[in-house]
Amino acid sequence: MSEVILEATGLTRHFKVGGTMFRRPDTLRAVEDVSLSVRRGETLAIVGESGCGKSTLARMLMRLIDPTAGEMSFEGRRIEGLRGAELSALRRDMQFIFQDPFSSLNPRMSVGRIVGEPIETHAPDLSAKDRRAKVAELLEQVGLRPEHADRYPHEFSGGQRQRIGIARALASGPKLIIGDEPVSALDVSVQAQVINLLADLRDDLGLTLVIIAHDLAVIRHMSDRVAVMYLGGVVEEGPCDAIFAAPRHPYTMALLSAIPEAEHGLERTQIELVGEMPSPIDPPPGCRFHTRCPFARERCETEVPALREAGDGHRAACHFFEEIAAETPAVVARGGAARPAAAAERFALYADALAGREVRPRAGPD
Amino acid sequence: MVETLVEPDAAAPVLDVRDLSLRFRGFDRDLLSGLRYSVRSGETLCIVGESGCGKSVASLALMGLLPPTAVEIGAADVRFCGEPLDLGDQARLRSLRGASMAMIFQEPMTSLNPAFRIGDQIAEAVMAHSGATPAEARERAVAMLRKVGIPAPEERLNEYPHQLSGGMRQRVMIAMALVNDPALLIADEPTTALDVTIQAQILDLIRDLQAETGMATIMITHDLGVVAEIATDVAVMYAGTIVEAGPVERIFNDPQHPYTIGLMSSVPRLSGPRQRLTTVPGTVPTPQTMPDGCRFSTRCPFARPVCATDPPEREFGAGHRALCHFAPLETMLERSA
Repeated sequence: MSEVILEATGLTRHFKVGGTMFRRPDTLRAVEDVSLSVRRGETLAIVGESGCGKSTLARMLMRLIDPTAGEMSFEGRRIEGLRGAELSALRRDMQFIFQDPFSSLNPRMSVGRIVGEPIETHAPDLSAKDRRAKVAELLEQVGLRPEHADRYPHEFSGGQRQRIGIARALASGPKLIIGDEPVSALDVSVQAQVINLLADLRDDLGLTLVIIAHDLAVIRHMSDRVAVMYLGGVVEEGPCDAIFAAPRHPYTMALLSAIPEAEHGLERTQIELVGEMPSPIDPPPGCRFHTRCPFARERCETEVPALREAGDGHRAACHFFEEIAAETPAVVARGGAARPAAAAERFALYADALAGREVRPRAGPD
Repeated sequence: MVETLVEPDAAAPVLDVRDLSLRFRGFDRDLLSGLRYSVRSGETLCIVGESGCGKSVASLALMGLLPPTAVEIGAADVRFCGEPLDLGDQARLRSLRGASMAMIFQEPMTSLNPAFRIGDQIAEAVMAHSGATPAEARERAVAMLRKVGIPAPEERLNEYPHQLSGGMRQRVMIAMALVNDPALLIADEPTTALDVTIQAQILDLIRDLQAETGMATIMITHDLGVVAEIATDVAVMYAGTIVEAGPVERIFNDPQHPYTIGLMSSVPRLSGPRQRLTTVPGTVPTPQTMPDGCRFSTRCPFARPVCATDPPEREFGAGHRALCHFAPLETMLERSA
């Protein structure tokens, strides 16, 4: 496997909340002791539900907020304390795509300026003409037209705006792109377009991607490795195929089993979770998940489980994952009713027509 | 206010909508065109479609929640519990709303009043439609909160919406909607703002309550996974028209309309090969750029000149229908040699 491009060790972020003149503020433990490494050219997905700390983690990796404790390095260089010109240089190599394509683009700037601004910052010597040519090239790369540079964000649909955001992220020629829920605000058909676009760009430009998301099905189509977070910590990490075929942590199992699949008549083993995620201001002792875990035992209430090896590069933070895996059937649903041949042929025709093959009416003039 | 509950006839649909068209005043094109659907007691109709397809507007029109100054509703033939329902009759709609026809929305925080205790909000719904005293209404609210799985309802009654989590708020919304035993529940993206583990809990809750009360449900959603989970019938909407409708197993296993096929191919899956996703190219047309004839023709990979004329409705048995010139695709079309 290739070298590590981004590495985080023991990353922690606490926030002070509440507190008055007479009362000490509480400590909200948003991210607690997270260690990650991202290899060059791979896509790492960080997945979890709201409040699990995934966005805080992403913002630390982006250096938008500082960690309370822990170390980060990019290409072997420590980055957690970078300031000024050094931070600006880092931003050339590391760019971001945001979730909401409506609020992350300045409505008063034309698309050309939005995409051109990073070029101006990182390549100030480029002439205005060359910059315009570069913007046109970037817009084409993300599937927009060069003449779109003169328009404003409100003239575009959500999917097109997300493409503009991607073009802006590509403008400085980064090596790593961090996307915080890059497709979750989009409709299914448009979401598929943007997922394919990101995959193409990664392959063409040799990018490394870190994708933060809550949708496991989207993750499965985008990533090589997955880290699952719960209440501020990583509970399971491993190669994408291993996580989906044989999830080890009970939380990952529950998460996978809760996703309704778009297929009729599937048999599912649902691992139901009772209640909701506890507050990160007062996380439970021992395993953070034990209050909702259907397999919890006494040991889970007192002893914090460490990430343990569960296969090739696959690790899970659970005391009992071997036993649980042995007694639990597969959670990803299988065996829906197969489509009849005629319907399968319809899907094949659709895919062929989309790929540019001519499909024409059988008989009679059009 | 007089109770206007109508005894539902078991055989007749609770709601039967025919030819519902609607346009915003000042526009010369219909926003919704010729919608036809019905839902029976105990059944769930899922209306599925992407943003801007009109799936929410259609339900708001049914509930009389669109300002009459802004929209013109065509000569729709709507029957509710067997009786004709005039969508222009604001007084009648007002008496049905919250009583025999209830609605829950996507974002429970904006649909609950932040300044009132949740118990009072539920009790208000009871008192508005019956002669119940405040004490009776409160009792009813407690019973309802218990039914939707809110722990310690007697205490929760006194809490404000901001003190509850998203999942709990949606449970409160459901309690409020169902407190008067409606014959029809319209749920507009009820789980979209929730996490998947909470979504699973809420879908289970809706299913259980439906089995218990026999209400008919219309679920509006963009999530085909939710549809597969909960629907008995499906209507696929695109740009203000129902392009395909039928029983849930037909829509998933034997879809006929190119849009349905494209939509199903675009959904990322949890199992099966991890291949490149097939997409629906382009974006939904705006009312200004709406094509003549088939509204999907600007994005359809099979589109031909004939698609600029209104597509015929083709029937495939068991109430399965699709609006397409070339359905069924496998017999009407061929690959060129």
